[in-house]
Amino acid sequence: MRADLLTDVVDGLDEALAAVDGFDEALVDGLLRPQPAQAVGLAGLADAVAGSPLAGRVAEAAEKTAAGAAGEDHFVALAAARTALLGSVHDALLVRVEEAVGRPRAEAGGDTAAAGGAEHAVNLHVAARSWLCDLARAGWRGIDHELVSGAAAVVSAMLPEPGLRRLATLLDGFAAELAASCPGATLEHVPVRRWADLWSRAMLLTLPGAGSAPAVADVTGRLLPLGVDVQEHATAVQAQVHAVFEPADGGASRLVRASVSAPKPDSVVGAGLWQLLRPHLSLLAAVSEGRAMELDAMPVTAEGDLLWDDARARTGEPAEVFTTARVALPSAAASPTAPLDRHPARIAVPVLLEGYGVEEGEDGPAFLVAGERLAVDVDRVPAAGPLTPEVVAGSGACVGLLRWDAGAFVLQPLAVERTVRKKAVAVHAGAWAGGTSDKAGVRAEKAATDTVTVLRERAGRLLRK
Amino acid sequence: MGDGALSVWERSSTARVVPSARPRKLAKVPFVELADGRLQGVVSSGSDIGRVYVSSVEAGTYAFACSTNNNRPCGGARGSFCNHIRALIGEAVLQYGAERVVRYLKVDVPGEEADAHTVTGAMVSTRPAQGDSSAAAQVFSRFLRHLAYLEFEPTTAPLPEMQWFPTTRAVA
Repeated sequence: MRADLLTDVVDGLDEALAAVDGFDEALVDGLLRPQPAQAVGLAGLADAVAGSPLAGRVAEAAEKTAAGAAGEDHFVALAAARTALLGSVHDALLVRVEEAVGRPRAEAGGDTAAAGGAEHAVNLHVAARSWLCDLARAGWRGIDHELVSGAAAVVSAMLPEPGLRRLATLLDGFAAELAASCPGATLEHVPVRRWADLWSRAMLLTLPGAGSAPAVADVTGRLLPLGVDVQEHATAVQAQVHAVFEPADGGASRLVRASVSAPKPDSVVGAGLWQLLRPHLSLLAAVSEGRAMELDAMPVTAEGDLLWDDARARTGEPAEVFTTARVALPSAAASPTAPLDRHPARIAVPVLLEGYGVEEGEDGPAFLVAGERLAVDVDRVPAAGPLTPEVVAGSGACVGLLRWDAGAFVLQPLAVERTVRKKAVAVHAGAWAGGTSDKAGVRAEKAATDTVTVLRERAGRLLRK
Repeated sequence: MGDGALSVWERSSTARVVPSARPRKLAKVPFVELADGRLQGVVSSGSDIGRVYVSSVEAGTYAFACSTNNNRPCGGARGSFCNHIRALIGEAVLQYGAERVVRYLKVDVPGEEADAHTVTGAMVSTRPAQGDSSAAAQVFSRFLRHLAYLEFEPTTAPLPEMQWFPTTRAVA
């Protein structure tokens, strides 16, 4: 990997992010009665997209908003402008990553824009947008319990509807953070970019069809797992398996992901997350056993997301992750990112690193790769697993996801190899995904089972009365 | 933020704002949360398996309330915190960490180490008033809503939004 490219300046990046920051800071104090400094931020956002098809609508939106006269459509236009700017940041960063990693990118498979998308639940979308607009007017410094709790009814109505799961899950996590931060007036620090991210994304997801990602093909062949990435907030969890897919027809291999997610009570954590997800993705067991899987006509989206169906997969031969990373990964092509997903936070590129030095910093270990320092985000390694910061620090090879946040690339370890008595031993972040015989793991599983048992018993007694 | 330059945390898309809950045993207190300006939750009755108590303590004033899910007042919560409320505070400290509980309830804990005992003591020593139990119905419905999260079907369609919510080893 050309690590030097990861620390090089990316042309135009600072300018694009400055325009984003200007808008984000305007959201801190709210857009009900904007001050001159906020008007500058709004105008900066409009200027930044002046050469794009959004120009006219955003300029009008910025002007109306600066005058304190913004309607919902104006807020949508501003959210779109911000999303487009971060989309350009995503593209520039991804080009850089591809140069550094030196892997091919698959051809875009035609128009990936969401075409269909059921027109269901229009009024839930309207209710969500109305809440988001109230938030924008109040600003992060103006939030209180009454305003924030307005999301609960919308989320409750959306969650049972699988087609609305994306927006519901986002709003649920966002509202929980806002609730924990009330009242905004006394907040010491505001997560300025993060909340503006969540707000804009939610705004766009209230538009018809925005959240649909249909299958574009069925694929048959061999799936070689690289590792598991876990995401969670208090009331939702998702596990994503990153893998190399080799088509049975001998076509070019590609990078794919398989996901499983579920809403959850906030007291289900750690090993409880695996227990919740395990029954719905047989791939998690294959990951723990170190095996490949054979896929038969598995649907896949244009973005390379497998829409997993256990009936179309069976467990295959043993497949060692580091062998996959050394042999199959270098020629596996990545799929183009869907338009709405073009955001730096979405960048997660599988890489293999070897022969690095390890430096212990204040904020955890960093790898020294060809003289460049690459921070390692050990915090992203799931707690219910054998991979610890100490094991990462003592490793000699690492399969991970290259990510970008707050101005720098970071590495999320998925698995590491270390030498024990002259033999290479691999430790995987997702080793417990399918179950474990590890002593600490078994204890964690037992505690998690007890939690769900108690909740189910309580639910059985109290829910259906 | 005076000079307009944002810190790394402020510029992060994936900054952790709310740490994950710490695992705890749920048998005694199946539900606890810091919400609506209160520490509130549901405590299982020690004697009747079909009964639960809805307990709460208000932030700032520590006004407390405890009643059954059928809205009968708790006999112990007269004059001061009953055992249900004490259990609730203890489990909140386990789940969220003492620091977050102290901050949310605006408790002034003398000395440096806050734990369930000192947090409870600091609140009791201000002789808080008994609040009305009007919030009980709302808390109980939030508990039922919480339980309903077990019933939703998992899905294998990707949720790209979860990229903003990385798991974290750090707990409350």
